[in-house]
Amino acid sequence: MAANEFTIEDLTRILREGSGTAEGAPSVSAAGDTEFADLGYDSLALLETSGRIEREYGISLDEVALAEAITPRALVDLVNDHLATADSAA
Amino acid sequence: MTAIVNQQAAVLPSRPAAEPVVVTGLGVAAPTGIGSASHWAATRSGVTGIGRITRFDPTRYPARLAGQIAGFDPAKHLPERLLPQTDRMTQLALMAADEALADAAVRPDELPSYSMGVVTASSSGGFEFGQNELRNLWSRGGKYVSAYQSFAWFYAVNSGQISIRHGMRGPSGVIVSDQAGGLDAVAQARRQIRKGTALVVSGGMDASICSWGWAAQLASGRLSTCDDPRRAYLPFDAAAAGQVSGEGGALLIMESLEHARARGAEVYGEIAGYASTFDPAPDSNGEPRLRQAAELALADAGVSPGEVDVVFADAAALPELDREEARVIREVFGPRGVPVTAPKTMTGRLNSGAAALDLATAFLALRHGAIPPTTNVRPAAEYDLDLVTTARPGPLRSALVLARGYGGFNSAMLIRTMHSETE
Repeated sequence: MAANEFTIEDLTRILREGSGTAEGAPSVSAAGDTEFADLGYDSLALLETSGRIEREYGISLDEVALAEAITPRALVDLVNDHLATADSAA
Repeated sequence: MTAIVNQQAAVLPSRPAAEPVVVTGLGVAAPTGIGSASHWAATRSGVTGIGRITRFDPTRYPARLAGQIAGFDPAKHLPERLLPQTDRMTQLALMAADEALADAAVRPDELPSYSMGVVTASSSGGFEFGQNELRNLWSRGGKYVSAYQSFAWFYAVNSGQISIRHGMRGPSGVIVSDQAGGLDAVAQARRQIRKGTALVVSGGMDASICSWGWAAQLASGRLSTCDDPRRAYLPFDAAAAGQVSGEGGALLIMESLEHARARGAEVYGEIAGYASTFDPAPDSNGEPRLRQAAELALADAGVSPGEVDVVFADAAALPELDREEARVIREVFGPRGVPVTAPKTMTGRLNSGAAALDLATAFLALRHGAIPPTTNVRPAAEYDLDLVTTARPGPLRSALVLARGYGGFNSAMLIRTMHSETE
């Protein structure tokens, strides 16, 4: 699992499964640099999303770094950093 | 919170100079129908919404009947973002709030957000959501519990979600007093309007027909174990032997008469009188206080018993409680002195949604000029009530709604049409 790359499509799916898609908002995969708040996702949606990523990928995301990942692309990069660390540790 | 409400009702029963507070919109989700039109059509015709539970397998439970809402697809009524974060009761409440606002021709985005509030009643909170997340916790671990559990179960969540969805930032809250809650919430909404809030969404919506919710409801010891929907819930019948529970309720749009007229709204009628009382402790030998609630509500409205056209009864369907309610109605109105009905015989008792639905049904009865029936009941002679068992057409100007909550809550609300002021 850890060898997999986490893509923006994975994030889109997990966001939708856990919190739905906001009406009229641009698609997450087409708006990688738009802030989550502008995509209709509040802090609770991001808490739900990070929880789902952690249990699906078997990682533990750093809370401070998570709070700073306010766009889809930043969150994807953060997850991939954790996956790479987990990979090299293994 | 409830103690404060009771004191206010007892100390300040009458404010005759106050601006009338009126209802201009109704939203209904009930076993008798989704939407006030279908609910009224079924209710007037005596069509029951009670049947064997289908939302979970009730085979091994002692009570197996409930009033359930059929054919509700939340995805048809709500944005996708709201679906994973809401319990069924909240989904029903959001749908009913939409209907009520449309019925009142209110566009919340055209009104100042701090001029609108939301006050609902709650009884159990989002039980089914909580059940599913507890199952996740125990079977899969804490990481699998939804972040939305933090509020989806909560008593105030219906008020909160309606407030967020429609940008209503004025005075808001929740009242928890079991079956009396529907009236207590509407009374609190009336207070807020008298203090200056332009418009309040109020009422109650409950839905906890899931195995965990059912276990909690069974604990009251009041649920009927009968399997025949026509025989299970028989208030004021010599064969009364328990209650049927149900899901649903109603939401009302309330505003001052002045505000309603200024925007040209059609008015269902006025919340003219209200009172709540609390029973003495069971070991104190004191009498129950439903009668005081009824009398104080009439005094608050400034009407005499002879001016009341119909009573919507609490209708407990437990002999001791039926006897008590029948005694109160006889003492206030005289033997067979007022038509009495219990349309909840078609829905079961909806907890915090029950009295809110009775209010909505009563407003529909005033508008359509017919008392809806109490179904399946053969009135016991000893109660000496004029129980309406087939729909009774005729002009109606006022109705008294009685509600009792488990644990000693009594509330009464007098509603009436505004015809005398407008004609």
